[in-house]
Amino acid sequence: MKKFKEKLSGRIFFILALSTISALVLITIFIFVEGMPLIAEVGLFNFIFGMVWSPSQGHFGIFPMIVGTVSVTFGAALIGIPVGICCSIFMAEFAPARMRSIFRPAIQLLAGIPSVVYGFWGLIYIVPIIRDRLGGPGLSVLAGSVILAIMILPTIISISEVSIMALPRHYKEGALALGMTHWQTIWRVQLPAAKSGIVAGVILGIGRAVGETMVVIMVLGNAVALPESILDPVRTLTTNIGIEMGYAAGKHQQALFATGIVLFILIMILNITAQIITRRKSK
Amino acid sequence: MKHYIQVGLLSVLLLSVNLLSSCMAGKAHGGLNPTTVIVAGSTSVQPYVEILVEEYRLLYPDNAVGVQGGGSSAGIRAVLNEIAEIGMSSRALNQEEKELGLWSVEIALDGLAIVVHPDNKVENLTMEQVRDIYSRKITNWSEVNGEDRKIHIISREEGSGTRSAFQDLVMGDEMIAPRAIVQNSNGAVRQLVSSDRNAIGFISLGLAEPQPGLQPVKALNLDGFSPTQENVLSGEYELYRAFLFISEDEPTGAARHFVSFVLSEEGQRILSGEGLIPAREMALTGGEGVSDEEV
Amino acid sequence: MIKLNPHTAEKLAKGVIWTVALMVIAVLIFIIVFILYRGLSVINWEFLTRIPRRSGREGGILTPIIGTLSVTLLAILIAMPFGIGTAFYLAEYTKDGILTRIIRFCTESLAGIPSIIYGLFGFIFFVQILDLKWSILSGGLTLAIMVLPTLIRTSEEAIRAVPKTYREVSFSLGGTKWQTIRKAVVPSAIRGIVNGLILSVGRCVAETAAVILTAGVSLSMPKSVLDSSRTMAVHFYQLVIEGISMTNAYGTAAVLIILVFFINVVANMLINRFVAKGR
Repeated sequence: MKKFKEKLSGRIFFILALSTISALVLITIFIFVEGMPLIAEVGLFNFIFGMVWSPSQGHFGIFPMIVGTVSVTFGAALIGIPVGICCSIFMAEFAPARMRSIFRPAIQLLAGIPSVVYGFWGLIYIVPIIRDRLGGPGLSVLAGSVILAIMILPTIISISEVSIMALPRHYKEGALALGMTHWQTIWRVQLPAAKSGIVAGVILGIGRAVGETMVVIMVLGNAVALPESILDPVRTLTTNIGIEMGYAAGKHQQALFATGIVLFILIMILNITAQIITRRKSK
Repeated sequence: MKHYIQVGLLSVLLLSVNLLSSCMAGKAHGGLNPTTVIVAGSTSVQPYVEILVEEYRLLYPDNAVGVQGGGSSAGIRAVLNEIAEIGMSSRALNQEEKELGLWSVEIALDGLAIVVHPDNKVENLTMEQVRDIYSRKITNWSEVNGEDRKIHIISREEGSGTRSAFQDLVMGDEMIAPRAIVQNSNGAVRQLVSSDRNAIGFISLGLAEPQPGLQPVKALNLDGFSPTQENVLSGEYELYRAFLFISEDEPTGAARHFVSFVLSEEGQRILSGEGLIPAREMALTGGEGVSDEEV
Repeated sequence: MIKLNPHTAEKLAKGVIWTVALMVIAVLIFIIVFILYRGLSVINWEFLTRIPRRSGREGGILTPIIGTLSVTLLAILIAMPFGIGTAFYLAEYTKDGILTRIIRFCTESLAGIPSIIYGLFGFIFFVQILDLKWSILSGGLTLAIMVLPTLIRTSEEAIRAVPKTYREVSFSLGGTKWQTIRKAVVPSAIRGIVNGLILSVGRCVAETAAVILTAGVSLSMPKSVLDSSRTMAVHFYQLVIEGISMTNAYGTAAVLIILVFFINVVANMLINRFVAKGR
């Protein structure tokens, strides 16, 4: 009986563990099957480096959107990552117990707030500030970066904090016993030891920024042109799918799935790079 | 501890069983009761149809109608895939769609208003000026008797029924400048125009009027004619398009009942109350009027 | 580069980190107050218990509340066995090999896939191919796949954080692997696992792009899981983007925030009790 249970539980866990593989395979197949015919027809180079997006006239170029995605994500990461890591160090090391007990639920709450609420707040609050103080239409790379940075914070903070807290106590105790200051301990011992967890958090955060759709639809302006400054409106790959999918049919729909393929590959490159870094550093 | 886990596992198991049985029940229910009519498509038409459905439900509590968005083309595709009985479109069928032999009926007309911020000094534009603004030949309000400010042009997304109507009626062969800000609904365009002094946009006429709880926008006169229902009907205000219901074949049963309701005097009165212009011909097919028995 | 005195560095770092953390909290409080300030006055018993009228311009938000609860519950119930099972498999049942690497790779990748793509996939696969139409079930299934990575990652972290000694003690007492997991690992990892479930519930409640394409936007009261229903987040999005009613939009947003708050508080209470009794 014991042995049977032992075997059974192992088998069941094994089968459950295959679910992610099948999910990823299914999603990949569907996106590629829908989108590849158009890329084949237009040509990969023309699709990716084409400057004009006008499906009704037969122009399928997504280069401005690739630039849009990269610039907004970069902006969000530039603000969000340092702030997020600071907060996780604060929670794990500096915050008094009582403060931590307020901070942590607050971060959890923020992770739960629907992204559309952030988008709405950005539209009503951030966009007018940018329009009045800095000029331009307000809907801009800057607005998108600021709001996405706030949105990815909970992800980065909670995961980084968990991985710092999960370190064995003797790491910290040993370092302190060697006469290191608290900050030196954090900087030289704890952060390097928790690196894989922090990188994981940052990747999830960036993934959220790249993949966010509704918020960027609301605050980016969605213009299909190369931005000349951070005050210009842009369109990202996700918004291209998000705002046009509803209306798309035929080749236009294929083109949006093809946009999905590019998005998919972009994220895969990101993931694989990050996974290689994580593995190397942990060795 | 062990106790807790067992209770937990058991409750999960029970819930899953429940879930499965409710799925089965739902399936059976759906099979026995195929009267839920699904209407899907244009987000411009959707709010109006939702209001119609509410009234319809009060009159005929036994007939269920569900409304979905997605957009004009999505509605047409949903009809073809048989996900929806009726599609909503805010643009005419294109050549490709016409060849599929779809059935369609006009449920109302909707004017397109060119809107600006209420503080904007400009009151009137010509069709040509609107075209030049949207193709960025004119980029400053001073060129059309306004203040010396840059124009922020706001457009709708590629493939939107409202955009394609604007393209056909105003732009002709000119392209809307790619630098234009793109918003994906009438409401979003309205919101943006109401908060940006330099903006210009085009929205459904019914939404250009003051709305409780929303900032106002100013609808411009076009070639000297104000955008009113009367001027659209008389043909003097030239920007308008039709809202369509689309179906694979002429609808029957519950779907037909709902379409008849929309085309009935009561349905048209509701639409007109919401700022739309009643359909030009109230007929289900081949000029055959809606009989009272049908509604 | 200037070499700082360790104690100066300590003070500087502390100062920076405190400032940043307090600023973040200030921004967060500001956003919440911004919404609640305008939203709370809209909320009353009628707003919560009445069906929306005139596209949501009038009436309450009962239907979206029910939509949210059913889609979320369904998604979590479907994802839970797969997510936690995978986590246990990865953490307890296998050594690093090609298979675990593939599973991890897939999990990471799923985590990065934008929700809009889940929406497209759900729309084509569940809504059209499996013919579930726009329904609570389609939405639940799509969201279940979407939250899998969150659930796996947090659960696995929690399981791995359980000190090795716990397991060693159990094994040395003659416990099998399954017994060890049940009696030694689960009790101390449960906090982290529940935390993962909370994050997942949060993602379901908050999701808009994926549910709009799979659960639909119908405002009618759903009769079974095969009926379409809009969630509160979708309702809010529609109210804002279609410019239907800003007042009710603030109200809906406030309800959403309170709901998320409530879920967090209850879950935290449960964990604390669970942990206390388990020991």
